[in-house]
Amino acid sequence: MSVIIKINNTPQLRWGASLISVIICLGLWHLVAVFKLKLGFITFEYVPLPGEVVTAFLKLANGEKLLPHLSSSLQRVFLGYLLAAVAGVTLGILIGRSKLLQSFLLPPLELLRPIPAVAWIPLAILMFPSSEASMIFITFTGALFPILLNTIHGVEGIDQRLIASAKSLGASPVALLNDVVIPGAAPAIVTGLSIGMGTSWFCLVTAEMISGQWGIGYYTWESFLVQRYPDIVVGMVLIGFLGMGSSWLVRTAGNRATPWYFLRRSY
Amino acid sequence: MSGTFIPSTIDIDNLSITLGTGSARFTAVQDFRLSVNSGELICLLGPSGCGKSTVLGALAGHLHAKGKLLVDGQMVSGPAPDRGLVFQHHTLLPWRRVEDNVGFSLKMRGVPRKKRNEEVRRLLALVGLSGFEKHWPSQLSGGMQQRVELARVLIGHPRLLLMDEPFGALDALCRVDMQALLLSIWSKLPTTIVFVTHDIDEAIFLADRILIMSERPGRIIEDIPVHLPRPRDSELVTSPEFIRIKRHCLALLNHKNGQELPRLSPIT
Repeated sequence: MSVIIKINNTPQLRWGASLISVIICLGLWHLVAVFKLKLGFITFEYVPLPGEVVTAFLKLANGEKLLPHLSSSLQRVFLGYLLAAVAGVTLGILIGRSKLLQSFLLPPLELLRPIPAVAWIPLAILMFPSSEASMIFITFTGALFPILLNTIHGVEGIDQRLIASAKSLGASPVALLNDVVIPGAAPAIVTGLSIGMGTSWFCLVTAEMISGQWGIGYYTWESFLVQRYPDIVVGMVLIGFLGMGSSWLVRTAGNRATPWYFLRRSY
Repeated sequence: MSGTFIPSTIDIDNLSITLGTGSARFTAVQDFRLSVNSGELICLLGPSGCGKSTVLGALAGHLHAKGKLLVDGQMVSGPAPDRGLVFQHHTLLPWRRVEDNVGFSLKMRGVPRKKRNEEVRRLLALVGLSGFEKHWPSQLSGGMQQRVELARVLIGHPRLLLMDEPFGALDALCRVDMQALLLSIWSKLPTTIVFVTHDIDEAIFLADRILIMSERPGRIIEDIPVHLPRPRDSELVTSPEFIRIKRHCLALLNHKNGQELPRLSPIT
């Protein structure tokens, strides 16, 4: 009797591979930091050890400051992102549906798109009376463009025959938008919303450089200024996890909203 | 509704349609004439690229045309639900289940869901797809998708049904089934049908009248009445009258041998 054990691609194996990858990365980090590796063009002399980072995180978690830091950041990212989602999807649908609006709206947007969040800081401080509003604005600029461009792409990609057919069946312009254009562009919009969520967090540290007191981005930047190096990495990792988690939430919610998109042909 | 229901009449004269832009602009149809009686099933038969689909697109109201283009004595100015359109490849909304696709035009008219679903069940039974209400279009085969498409168009009681090679993408057996299904539905729900095809057998099997079109720019070069008895079945295909008409069609279509133009889809 021969027993064939298929070890290819079992879920356990794939989970194992991911786990090993994380352990290797942590191990390499520990090694270069312990030996204070200096390669001339890069030095790990001041890079904190993984263990120090964990200690720093536990200290932060046991203190009273973690919650206000988190909630300030979440609030800013959430508001900036929400505004970007509304503006990006609305503008994207308009631009995708009308060549005239495209010619009118796209040039200024294309010009603004390559400007990095950090370049907006001075003007944001000058434009918005409250620093809170300027921070929200900066997370907004980060999320807007991926959402906008994906929405345009999705709307332009809709099969024109579907639109012709829906019109023949008596669809009004509003029904055409709700029943054909928006669902047709939905998978691309979901992609845009998910990427936008990530880029919104991406801009957080930049935004919170303006902040006076609270926020994970502020905490990270402040830790650098006062030379609490392990805390810098705590801030970075927190942002990484929050960004990853919220992107995942957006993607999962989006996939739930577009069930037809994941069907396999079954005939 | 059935009390006042009268299938459409068509009156086309001196119609010309230009497609494309700039240097790619060309005349697809020129000096086109056609009249169709109420309740008639006509087939437009012609070589690929002759402008059959273009005429259909104009009748549906999706293309701008010059000349006289009357349906029920009214100029066609845009798409309308009483002129149903079926393409070669289905245009079901992938994000709506079968029942919501079939009920789409009723929803547009504001028919409440309960009433809508009753009609949907009736139409799905008519096309032989009872029980598929909750399926997604992508879960169906090509033939089933076209049946759903047909049910979706028929639910609005179109007075004119415009069909653009609707069975052209199906395999031969499935195509024969669909032709029989179409005739059986047409006998229960009389409507005027303009059926575009380049399949001679299909045209003879279905039509009251076959209109042969020339190559581009398309005009009608012959009007062939098909006096085969109804209801028709597959045995008809070997009858002498069928063969006679087929020979005639072949002769007309082959007079410029093999000069097929690329197929041009007016709605892209």
